Amino acid sequence: MAAPLVLVVLVAVTVRAALYRSNLAAFISERVEVSSPLNAWKRVVEGLALLDLGVSPYSGAVFHETPLIIYLFHFLIEYAELVFMITDVLTAVALYLAIQDFNKVVFKKQKLLIELDKYAPDVAELIQTPMEMHYIPLKVALFYLLNPYTVMSCVAKSTCAINNTVIAFFILATIKGSAFLSAVFLALATYQSLYPLTLFAPALLYLLQRQFIPIKPKSKSFWLYTMQYAALYLCSLVVIICLSFFLLNSWDFIPSVYGFILSVPDLTPNIGLFWYFFAEMFEHFSLFFVCVFQINVFFYTIPLAIKLKEHPVFFMFVQIAIISIFKSYPTVGDVALYMAFLPVWNHLYRFLRNIFILSCVLIVCSLLFPVLWHLWIYAGSANSNFYYAITLTFNIGQILLVSDYFYAFLRREYYLTHGLHLTRPDGTEAMLVLK
Amino acid sequence: MSENAMGSTMVEEQFSLGERALALARDFAAHKKKAGGMPTAWLEKTMWSLGLEVHQQQFSHTLPFPDESRERYLVRGTNVYGILRAPRAASTEALVLSTGCAPGPHNNQAVGLLLALASYFRGQIYWAKDIIFLVNEHDLLGMEAWLEAYHDVNITAVRSSGPLGRAGAIQAAISLELSSDVVTSFDVAVEGLNGQLPNLDLLNLFNAFCQKNGLLCTIQGKLQRSDWDSLPAYARSLQTLLLMVLAQASGRPRGEHGLFLRYRIEAVTLRGINSFRQYKYDMSTVGKTLEGMFRKLNNLLERLHQSYFFYLLPSLSRFVSIGVYMPAFGFLILVLILRALDLWMKLNKTDPGGSDQLSDSDHGPSTTEAPRLLALVPPVLVCHAAGLALYYLPVLGQSVATQHFPVSEAEAVVLTLIAIYVAGMALPHSTHRVLGGPGSVAAARGWMVLKLLALLYLAAQLTALALLNFSLGFLLAVTMVPAAAATAPTGPRVLLALVLVLATPAVTLLLGIFLERELVEAPAAPGEGWQRFLGALGQGLLLHHLHGAFLCPLLALGTYPCWLLLWNVLFWD
Repeated sequence: MAAPLVLVVLVAVTVRAALYRSNLAAFISERVEVSSPLNAWKRVVEGLALLDLGVSPYSGAVFHETPLIIYLFHFLIEYAELVFMITDVLTAVALYLAIQDFNKVVFKKQKLLIELDKYAPDVAELIQTPMEMHYIPLKVALFYLLNPYTVMSCVAKSTCAINNTVIAFFILATIKGSAFLSAVFLALATYQSLYPLTLFAPALLYLLQRQFIPIKPKSKSFWLYTMQYAALYLCSLVVIICLSFFLLNSWDFIPSVYGFILSVPDLTPNIGLFWYFFAEMFEHFSLFFVCVFQINVFFYTIPLAIKLKEHPVFFMFVQIAIISIFKSYPTVGDVALYMAFLPVWNHLYRFLRNIFILSCVLIVCSLLFPVLWHLWIYAGSANSNFYYAITLTFNIGQILLVSDYFYAFLRREYYLTHGLHLTRPDGTEAMLVLK
Repeated sequence: MSENAMGSTMVEEQFSLGERALALARDFAAHKKKAGGMPTAWLEKTMWSLGLEVHQQQFSHTLPFPDESRERYLVRGTNVYGILRAPRAASTEALVLSTGCAPGPHNNQAVGLLLALASYFRGQIYWAKDIIFLVNEHDLLGMEAWLEAYHDVNITAVRSSGPLGRAGAIQAAISLELSSDVVTSFDVAVEGLNGQLPNLDLLNLFNAFCQKNGLLCTIQGKLQRSDWDSLPAYARSLQTLLLMVLAQASGRPRGEHGLFLRYRIEAVTLRGINSFRQYKYDMSTVGKTLEGMFRKLNNLLERLHQSYFFYLLPSLSRFVSIGVYMPAFGFLILVLILRALDLWMKLNKTDPGGSDQLSDSDHGPSTTEAPRLLALVPPVLVCHAAGLALYYLPVLGQSVATQHFPVSEAEAVVLTLIAIYVAGMALPHSTHRVLGGPGSVAAARGWMVLKLLALLYLAAQLTALALLNFSLGFLLAVTMVPAAAATAPTGPRVLLALVLVLATPAVTLLLGIFLERELVEAPAAPGEGWQRFLGALGQGLLLHHLHGAFLCPLLALGTYPCWLLLWNVLFWD
């Protein structure tokens, strides 16, 4: 399987290199859908320039990256394009290896449950087979590398790519079962953009499952392991934050990075939901609504953890999707990360209800983003309402996509344990509905 | 009038220098003949003597291929403009009155009126904005050069001389065309480059002042009837509307104002028409109308943005707004989407049935899905390659073509264009034979997947297009949607092929030309129509390369590959 992967990587690198040399590169890096105030390359360059002048990069409210990123690019600024291409390749390879391992785990678990007779007798067509799962890791790598969103993000040199790499390594470490590495990468991801904090829950659930520790509040080993993992995570986070402090000798980065992410002062239009609301809102209420919007991102973790505790990797997928829809400054690079996982749930295809309409909506909205931006900013014939309408439609499409997959997943689980032909107690055919 | 600042000033126009305008026009004509082009020295001297601050701009541009209609290839010219500084304001905003210096006996009276207005305006104290009086050479090229130099940008490849004297941000512009001493009516043209329209307030302003001065005003050269409720009146409104749709769809600016719109400067072109009507208006009346318009524009506090930017005009005093005409377009796109949905259902209905028969059910889904998607790649690639060839080859290959064939460059470009277009239609016979595909079911249904893709591609393109240039989007939708929905390899192939050929963008252009000639009551014979068609192709290419119109790349790189995909579907086996 290595040869097709290498071929895909080569094609992806060629496409990116070709785009870097063309005059589309400048156009793409200006797009607000691709670079937000948090991860625009222009701001990284600005921060580096300030650092070279001896001034704190965080003075002036332009630069909102973490100190580790500054130091990374301080040494690698000459090879910026190469760095971004390599991060994309690393993300794809990490996802490839992770999904390969995950498939083995899924297959093993499936075999165990069949032998334990947990499945109903007539669900033969729902069981996943190694043949159909053979190409899934390659498809995942393909979906990530050749997704136009990822390519645009790479060409625009948005640091969202680095964020994706760290999350991909975290997923790889979790699936391989290494609690230490998983905690370290999760700490790095949280350090960089705060929202991956919510991925603590699925990672913990997966590691507990892997250690065969039952998830019961009464069990002592459960609490012991949770404490261990939490301690590893918090210690790594503290170490990284202290390291950042010593790099720049000031705590300036905390309000500039985390304060910026949480309080959303910059209302540049992007593909998220925050900017229009806060542009139209009175000052008096903005604190309340900021809190409401931010709680919305973290809120879904607990209900999902309760519902999906047997399926932590699906939980991780849904959580990443929720982060990239509801975060304060989303870009298409974030969307590309969760879309890369869609081939893993190929077997849910027969239960998806709206996939055609949703794909059409997402594609047409992506096409209309630059058109309406042009009409608003350059032609002056439209206004911000037009652009926000497309943003809203795009986000609704994403939300419906994720909930469609969620429902399909749950439906399949139900059919597996109760059989495909559901009957009511009196023998007539029943239908499964989600209440 | 939606803009409050242009609301209720009652001005008493006092322009009476009509005779002076005519005298200046005769002077200008004489000097133009003597100089054999634009009499820059005379213009500069006259503007200086009127008290304006005069500037000059040289520009030059090389066309990608010679322009046969205007007989030019290497264009070199000068724009002359004078700035009337507002006596008590800070020179932060400006208005523009421009005319073009046309070769021959055209547009002389416009220059004369411009200079007379300049001398009259110079004596007034109420100006809050600077007024720029611009005389540009080589119509659109000169205007583009001036606008680019004024705004210090580099959109097209015009080379011009250094920084210009400026007067602040331009709020509105009026372009004037007058070729006779007296006029019977005053025509207004609104369509700009790429179908962009000025704010409706500017049109209302023109209408209001024409009514006030009793000047007969028309749009698209047609006068609206007073009995607007009757059938002949509806027919005339429909004609006017269709003319506007055709003009906007072509993306060609109807006058020199069209280039201002790109810089968010509201502009219109006013044309004086001298027809066989009995009642004639003299220069003073025209001058009074323009004076009134400029005085109202002088009152603007901010750029015109209150009224509509998207509208269609069946007559000068009625408009159709976007909220009324968009749903019609929406329904057309709905046809495509419903057809696509229908194909999707058909494709999915046979799938689960196919996957639980046979022992190789494990191989079933993965192997039938892979060739299904893989079979799409060659047609898509080939169609887009044909589109790329259509876009790049005519202009790049003109030297090769002129070496081998006895044609001029412009003809070579246009004929290469037509040749590649028609050659693309011969492709279906070679693309999909390459891929055999396991089993006849997959291959026979492969056309459904291709058609689904083509329909969705067409719908996405038309939606994006309708937002930018509604008339073009609607015209392409009306012609292509029925043909696209009906195309299938099963069914009466010859009839469907004919329908699809009639729906192709080139034939739409040809029919549009004939329709337009019909509507301006100068019907064209087939030969003349064909000549106009070839001319239109050449002009379209030039407009794209010189001014950045997007009709040519859109049709070549977007609509033509889509149409070719449908053609591939029709000839699937």
